[in-house]
Amino acid sequence: MTTFLQSELFHNYRRSSSAIIGSGLMALFAFAVLAGPFLVAQDPYDIAALNLMDSYKPPVWLEGGDPRFILGTDGQGRDVWASVLYGARISVFIGLVAMMASCLIGTALGLIAGFYGGILDTVIMRIADVQLSFPSILIALFLMSAVGTGVDKVLIALTAVGWVVYARTVRGSTLSEIEKEYVQAAKVAGLPNRKIIRKHVLPNVLTPLIVIATIQVGTFVLIEASLSFLGVGVPITQPSLGLLIKNGFDVLFSGLWWTSVFPGFAIMMLVFGINLFGDFLRDELNPRLK
Amino acid sequence: MFGYILKRLIQMVLVLWVVSVIVFLMMSFTGDPVFMVVPIDASDAEIAQARRLLGLDKSPLMQYWIFISSLVQGDFGQSYVFRQPAMTLILERMPATVEMVMVAMVLAIIIAIPLGVYAGANPNSRLSRIIMSFSLIGISLPGFWVGMLLIYLFAVHWGVFPSSGRGDTREFFGLRISLLTWDGWHHIVLPSVTLSLGTMAILLRMTRAGMMEVSRHDYMKFARAKGATRNDVLYKHGLKNALIPVVTIFGLQLGDLIAFATITETIFSWPGMGKLLIDSIYRADRPVIVVYLMLVALIFVVINFLVDIVYTLIDPRITLK
Repeated sequence: MTTFLQSELFHNYRRSSSAIIGSGLMALFAFAVLAGPFLVAQDPYDIAALNLMDSYKPPVWLEGGDPRFILGTDGQGRDVWASVLYGARISVFIGLVAMMASCLIGTALGLIAGFYGGILDTVIMRIADVQLSFPSILIALFLMSAVGTGVDKVLIALTAVGWVVYARTVRGSTLSEIEKEYVQAAKVAGLPNRKIIRKHVLPNVLTPLIVIATIQVGTFVLIEASLSFLGVGVPITQPSLGLLIKNGFDVLFSGLWWTSVFPGFAIMMLVFGINLFGDFLRDELNPRLK
Repeated sequence: MFGYILKRLIQMVLVLWVVSVIVFLMMSFTGDPVFMVVPIDASDAEIAQARRLLGLDKSPLMQYWIFISSLVQGDFGQSYVFRQPAMTLILERMPATVEMVMVAMVLAIIIAIPLGVYAGANPNSRLSRIIMSFSLIGISLPGFWVGMLLIYLFAVHWGVFPSSGRGDTREFFGLRISLLTWDGWHHIVLPSVTLSLGTMAILLRMTRAGMMEVSRHDYMKFARAKGATRNDVLYKHGLKNALIPVVTIFGLQLGDLIAFATITETIFSWPGMGKLLIDSIYRADRPVIVVYLMLVALIFVVINFLVDIVYTLIDPRITLK
């Protein structure tokens, strides 16, 4: 711990206001996601807790606002603040899990392609090339339209578009690592390939992935929001922030802006925080820029 | 050069073939399309008849063969909903999408490149920091949410811009173009601004990074030492080299704009091919989805190809193999 506190990374972190703001926002969302249900009186998914008499109340600072509902309520009398907190849980969960799955699969395929080469390498990298020439959102949209809505299906679609970037990066670093003497030495010493990959190559190709993984969580939150907005993402029973915006869009023309503006604002702050911190990490971990 | 182009053309055909296989496979997961065409109270005999008509009684391999051979022959199937050729439906709506994407692209370029050059040339100025913060917010925004905010403010609240539709159009070589009418321009403002934000932010960051990268090179120092003014060095020697990576990103961004146009068109009820895709997904109108995907795939491989060619023209150090 003390070595970390004295490290250059931590030193630069304390001097970078964008890194502090970014990680602060991320910490705020982590807290909201973990403690969300304890912060609000109403469970927005418990039908019994909803009262239609409370529907379409504006935020508390506007005329007709109700102090029980700081950010107002939607058409079913659901507290917008509570649904934003619950929605953020689903958005963050999807972003994190899809990132981890993409990272695992992409890294494994990248290591295989880089280490063994040959036909495996060609097949994996050609698939990656074809996929990269299409925008992720379109691939995800197409997959979702084929398999239908659901949190699990969103996770599959995001992983299907997300693995490519890890595979390409890891393959590149693996190719340059296996040329180095320590890997050659391990080979000469007769270590099995699996062990060389796990113990020697893997630890040395991980650093660039930290930045990619950080930024990707934000990208995934945005893609998931877009899919849910189009109605091919999460189901209505598990509304993420994107689905809340969609539901709010339907009443926007009656002037009820608060049901869609606050969830969108939450997405913006979350992704902005992730991108700020990701930018800081990229500058720190990329020795070429120093 | 000729050999390279030939090789790329073969690659493009291969990519399109792979896409056709994937599209066909995924489409066979989406449930039985026969229920899209028969009435709810159809008898078993009628269902079997419709299945035969659609060719669904054949083996999957045979179905793929029929699918790919009719694609190659230019028969793209009929929409289940509109009972019209799917290709005609899409081509009718294509000018609307192309129009919006073009306006968004032009908007992004004329705002992003000057600001990016400024921010790259003066990395420590206050204004640059503000520009960069806004560009970071720009890539963190859900685009559709910005569209909604614009609709709420400019259409619902102030009523200065229309919230939906394309407005008046005028015929031009048989295409319906809304950029030729004042009303059309009035309608295109909000959707194209919405669509351009993400691309604007990314182009800005690329331009800035490019400018900062080139300013480290020796030829920049040499030009300065030779006595050229700071502006001459930046804009005559620097900018050209800084824009090389921007051109590569340009192609990808064009693809992204076409993809995100589906969402923007849905919000603004813009009658383009993106909205048609989303509507077809809701209605499980399989032929339209398939033709859209194949057409967009073709557009993307052509864009990528053109970008690679342009790349060698502006950077003679790169040779195509």
